[in-house]
Amino acid sequence: MLGSGIINGLLVTAKNFAGSYHDPKRMVTVEYPEVRPALPENYRNFPFLVADDAADPMGTLRCVACQICEKECPPQCIIIEKSKDKKPDANGKLQLYPKVFGIDTSVCMSCQICVEVCPFDAIKMDKAFEFAATDRFTELFLDREQLAKSNRYYHEIHPVEAAEVDARLAAERRAAAEKAQAAAAAKAAAAAKPAP
Amino acid sequence: MNAAAESLLERAPLVARDWFVNLLPAPLQWLAHHLITIGAILAVFGLFFAFTTIAERKLLARLQNRLGPNRAGVPKFSILPWHLKHTLFGLTQPFADAVKTLTKEDIVPAAADRTLHFLAPVIVVTFSLLGFAVIPFGRHLVPVELDAALLYFFAVGSATELAIFMAGWSSRNKYSLLAAMRALAQLISYELPLILSVVPIVLVTSSLSTSAIVHAQGAWTFGFLPHWFVFTPWGFAGFIIFLIAALAESNRSPFDSPEAESELIAGHLTEYSGFKYALFFMAEYFGLTALSALGVTLFLGGWQAPVEFLQFIPSYVWFMLKLVGMIVFFIWVRGTLLRLRIDQLTRLSWQFLVPLALLNLANAAFWSLSAGWSGPLQAVRWAVSAAVVVIPFLALGRALTAGYAPRTYRYAP
Repeated sequence: MLGSGIINGLLVTAKNFAGSYHDPKRMVTVEYPEVRPALPENYRNFPFLVADDAADPMGTLRCVACQICEKECPPQCIIIEKSKDKKPDANGKLQLYPKVFGIDTSVCMSCQICVEVCPFDAIKMDKAFEFAATDRFTELFLDREQLAKSNRYYHEIHPVEAAEVDARLAAERRAAAEKAQAAAAAKAAAAAKPAP
Repeated sequence: MNAAAESLLERAPLVARDWFVNLLPAPLQWLAHHLITIGAILAVFGLFFAFTTIAERKLLARLQNRLGPNRAGVPKFSILPWHLKHTLFGLTQPFADAVKTLTKEDIVPAAADRTLHFLAPVIVVTFSLLGFAVIPFGRHLVPVELDAALLYFFAVGSATELAIFMAGWSSRNKYSLLAAMRALAQLISYELPLILSVVPIVLVTSSLSTSAIVHAQGAWTFGFLPHWFVFTPWGFAGFIIFLIAALAESNRSPFDSPEAESELIAGHLTEYSGFKYALFFMAEYFGLTALSALGVTLFLGGWQAPVEFLQFIPSYVWFMLKLVGMIVFFIWVRGTLLRLRIDQLTRLSWQFLVPLALLNLANAAFWSLSAGWSGPLQAVRWAVSAAVVVIPFLALGRALTAGYAPRTYRYAP
């Protein structure tokens, strides 16, 4: 019959109306500032820099100022200035470090390309999203001190991904250590061998 | 009946007005008399509009399993020693909205016709408010007693169409103009079923006066079956046609294609901003309220109580309850139905509503001719009248939907 669909539709919305008062499972929204839903594992917002040691974040940044992310960034919101001196990294190898590392979050489009191109697992995506500011030119530009977060924080926000990254880094370090050991052993053997 | 009509509560608004008017010198009394009436309508329906907007947002939210606005509380006044922490369920939202629209920038396009651009919102609000003048809000509360009240109501109601075209024309924007023409096409298409759905009532009561129409519905069979026109076959059909046409006349979903939010920017209101936009918005709600009030008056017994022994409750309370019921129903429809395309919309009017409304007119003629029938003939009268409503509805519905098989959805469940 003409019009029966309209009546069925009205019944559906009437059920929604009644259900919204007694069935919390129906509700599609939460009252945000009071209720904070858990963000999904793969949620991402803006990048941050991973530091191995929470006590000394500036000394233990994984970033070596190679500037790949700066060049790849589509909206060009990353600014990096290399250091003049070198510091030993986690493997003991001397590396440059970023004297200036800034991300303009008012420009960033959360594409994650910087994370994908980084060969050192130094930049990762953050889950923080409350960046309300009164001045977009100063307060939304995050410098290296604001960007640096510890590896433990990374484990908190992306547990699965962080465990995988840590395992890979540990394997690389082990391999580097074995290689160094083997090289040292070969050198020692060469030194011990008397010249013919 | 007379005891109810003369009770203190029933007369309270009149007593208050007369007391104030008598304080003034005699030459000013007629002016004060009318100004108080106008002020009362503006205050009551201004507030009604404000709370309709919040009720609409909250109800729509509930119909979609959301919570709706519940944050706006009471602002903290520094002169007060205390502060109300409760947000009052967001009921102060309309006042926050009013402050927002009042303080917004008002932009007039450089090429626009400034006079018409300014006049359009003023005229649309004026004419949509004028409709309230002939609605009997209570037993003694009729702002203006007109013999041709219905004619007057539809005359001022259709004057708002002029303002809509003024808005589209004066914006000097081709999209505004096109949208205004589309809105006019819709409004003119639905003017006809709207008026045709009301004509049967004029035929049966043989009066154009709204007060007389309400009085004609003031009886009860066995004391609890009200003689409202919606409970007769022709009245029921007329009421449904009236509801559909009223939805279209007030540009509401599912007939909101003149300013379809998800498809157009704002139709004929594209070049309006700030308070002028708010005036159009207000006029739309005033128009809806006035049409609902007319529907209550014509079909739902106006201020008459539904049951005889409930007459001690003042008549204006019954009227407002019915009015709120109508508005809630309109919001419910808005939360349920999808928007019609412009061709579907005009086809619904010309091919479906107008023929049914014309048949309904014949039905009402039969009803008023057979008014003298009694006994078993009374049952025949009801059966014939119901058949004239139901059979054409089913036949026409089947004919118009023939060839439209139930739509199958490949991907949606």
